[in-house]
Amino acid sequence: MQFTRLLSALVLMLGILVHAVGSNAQTVDDGTLGLLIQALAGENFDDTTRAVSDLVKSGDPRASSILNALSAGDLYVAKAGKTVFIGKRDGSDYAAIDPITGSKLAPVPRSAAEKIKVNNRLRRDIAAAIGGLTLMSDKADERRSAAEAILKTRDPESIPLLDKAIAAEKDASIKLLMNQAKAAAVLNSGATGEVKIAAIAEVSAGNSRDALGLLTPLAGVEGPVGEAARAAIDSINSKLALWNGIQNIVYGLSLGSVLLLAAIGLAITFGVMGVINMAHGEMVMIGAYTTFVVQQIIRTSAPGLFDYSLLIALPAAFLASGAIGVVIERSVIRFLYGRPLETLLATWGISLVLQQAIRSWFGASNVQVGNPSWMAGSFDLGLLTLTWSRLWIIVFALAVFAILQLLLKKTMLGLRMRAVTQNRRMASSMGIRTPWVDALTFGLGSGIAGIAGVALSQIDNVSPNLGQGYIIDSFMVVVFGGVGNLWGTLVGAMSLGIANKFLEPFAGAVLGKILVLVLIILFIQKRPRGLFALKGRAIEA
Amino acid sequence: MITQWFFTHVDRRGGVAIVLLVALGLLVPLSNLLLPVTSPFHIPTYLVSLIGKYLTYAMLAVALDLVWGFCGILSLGHGAFFALGGYAMGMYLMRQIGPRGVYADPILPDFMVFLNWKDLPWFWHGFDNFWFAALMVVLVPGILAFGFGWLAFRSRVTGVYLSIITQALTYALLLAFFRNDMGFGGNNGLTDFKDILGFNVQAGSTRSALFAATALFLALAVFVSSFIVRSKLGKVLVGVRDAESRMRFLGYRVDRYKLFVWTISAMMAGIAGALYVPQVGIINPSEFEPANSIEAVIWVAVGGRGTIIGPIIGAVLVNFGKTYFTAAFPEIWLFALGALFIVVTLFLPKGILGVYGSWKARNSDHVARKKESAPAAADETLQIPEPQAAE
Repeated sequence: MQFTRLLSALVLMLGILVHAVGSNAQTVDDGTLGLLIQALAGENFDDTTRAVSDLVKSGDPRASSILNALSAGDLYVAKAGKTVFIGKRDGSDYAAIDPITGSKLAPVPRSAAEKIKVNNRLRRDIAAAIGGLTLMSDKADERRSAAEAILKTRDPESIPLLDKAIAAEKDASIKLLMNQAKAAAVLNSGATGEVKIAAIAEVSAGNSRDALGLLTPLAGVEGPVGEAARAAIDSINSKLALWNGIQNIVYGLSLGSVLLLAAIGLAITFGVMGVINMAHGEMVMIGAYTTFVVQQIIRTSAPGLFDYSLLIALPAAFLASGAIGVVIERSVIRFLYGRPLETLLATWGISLVLQQAIRSWFGASNVQVGNPSWMAGSFDLGLLTLTWSRLWIIVFALAVFAILQLLLKKTMLGLRMRAVTQNRRMASSMGIRTPWVDALTFGLGSGIAGIAGVALSQIDNVSPNLGQGYIIDSFMVVVFGGVGNLWGTLVGAMSLGIANKFLEPFAGAVLGKILVLVLIILFIQKRPRGLFALKGRAIEA
Repeated sequence: MITQWFFTHVDRRGGVAIVLLVALGLLVPLSNLLLPVTSPFHIPTYLVSLIGKYLTYAMLAVALDLVWGFCGILSLGHGAFFALGGYAMGMYLMRQIGPRGVYADPILPDFMVFLNWKDLPWFWHGFDNFWFAALMVVLVPGILAFGFGWLAFRSRVTGVYLSIITQALTYALLLAFFRNDMGFGGNNGLTDFKDILGFNVQAGSTRSALFAATALFLALAVFVSSFIVRSKLGKVLVGVRDAESRMRFLGYRVDRYKLFVWTISAMMAGIAGALYVPQVGIINPSEFEPANSIEAVIWVAVGGRGTIIGPIIGAVLVNFGKTYFTAAFPEIWLFALGALFIVVTLFLPKGILGVYGSWKARNSDHVARKKESAPAAADETLQIPEPQAAE
């Protein structure tokens, strides 16, 4: 599927090129080409097949666009004069294009023309032929795509063409790809002995998953070829297993950093202050919606700044969520200190109100938050494909964690927060205004949740329900890691992420998640205070 | 003698509630079945089912109050026990469909035929028998609660930690029941029921009978709760609620008391779920939503936690409000529910009954001061302390 799409894109590109630049690489004159094209409108499929291979042999660059039109069913033959043209339906006529010159012809009535029929076998032949045609193109991208196409089709007939192309190729990476394609084609051909063993060595050096597919049929063969194939398969399998493990860890870290982002604000409000904030997920959601609003403003007033939209959204989201957090603390939570279960219920109520407010304001459906260009796309690392957004989120989560640690350990505010947490009355006696510290701490936790929302808006659907999806996971992370300890949250998030990814292949995504939940429930039985528990009398308070 | 025994174990409010519920269970079906449609006292069938649904919620609330109001265990996962009971009943109802399903398979429910299953999974066997299903309605939530509680209470997981893992429990079950290969109908759940005990579930008379059964079971739940609370064990539970460590130091095996009341409560929730399913005609995984369980908590809080009949009042009132608002002003409902959570926790920590109680106390205080010499009224044999705001 992907291959055909790639191919048609390629051919389209080529066709445009040929028509635009003019045919500077013609190998046959227009008259001969005309005859070859005429032959396409043969009596039956066999005639057409022969005509296709003749056309390919001509090596003319214009052939590919014609063949592509044929494959798409856009090639017609006029009943009178048997002239062949590329047509598009246009009312009761066909808008006709001359296949040789690419110029527009007079429209042909639909009744006066007949479609040149193709079947699936013919389409396959055409696809392979087009691959061969573009191997000699003077565009590096096209040659690369052509080689990739042959690597997929493994058509033995393209070996001579490949040989020619390899000899002429100057780009080392394309040459490597062509060699790979040739080896794949050789393996698929009737060749024997040394040739095939050399091809096996060539193939197994390339993309491991493709190679496995090529080599597996050979593993059952007797003799040195089979042995070589089996040895190659073994080495590829162990390589794949290694990369599989690496992939699980990297994807796990990526999931873990999402969990860390969602949970780290909670680690402050729940872990440091002991406040059960069920509206935490909504703080994340508000951060995501702030990103949306910032992007809307940028789109309408300063489109050039779009790439910086996330950087602008970060402080905005911090302030929005943080301010709402302070309001919640001052208006509700401060009356409920020391009554955790009541706090839980009241903040749940707040979460419902916030959700409904966002729903009334922005609508119940998802809003579109765009990715800036540096977040889009992906890159390869060995056998892994990583998206930039995943990588940035790992980096971002760790950065947020580091900044928060510094804030708590090195600033006056952090010192006061820790003092109030450890001994409220003593801190108060020392002149710390504990109510203010409470409000600021809660605001900080909520603000962190807000900037988590900015990051999560890049990888998740932004809807009023965004927060609900994270609240249970976040609590799990904090409880698992140990309350009152940011390092615990980090370790908890990462280990849960990795555990999830390692369980997924065996159990599937949903069952893997259930297993993780059950494991956490069991774990809490064993260590009720989490991985890194605070010790001493403070925990009973 | 029976009445005497009855009233030593139930306080006046509980007694009144039980009598009212039994009366309701008789009168509503009678009015629905016997009175002509034109009569102003005729209750239409849809209303019977609706009130029946409220009463099953009320039963869930009574079960939740038993652990939260009297033992201080805030469960955010009672909806799971409710839903499990519902699924057990739903499985019985599915088996009763028999060959009348869309695919007309005599044994397999429709969704299994649809998934190309050849045999009934092992855990579906026996559910064609009502009494087996009824046993499972109690046993499945009971066993789950026992296992969960045994682990949690023994390792002294308390307070918010317990609340959070109960929430994780129902969340895990939600995810599990959404899966098609679990064999419980996946996303769509179990529905399209035809018969219960040979009677058509859609028929007005069956609905009335289900209503009567619900009212009676709710009365029974009130009685059981009162019985437990007013027994010596109930005193220990209240002690655990107010000062768990002190009870432990006094030599009580706190975990066993908790486990007992937790398991009873889960079974009660299971029965409520089983009565809920035939009346609403469907059970699907959304019943496991953590939000549902938290809503049940607010019913208890609104009515008054630590009272027997408060949860019933709370459940009926909140759900009536929900029915009304979601139909009339769907936008406002979540605002109203959210505000209810906040207002009740901030201003009415003892719920509606608490407000009524303190109003009455102030009144009688007033009266007492007037009469000067009147002896302190001791009409209730045992005074149960109201739950303190602090945990």
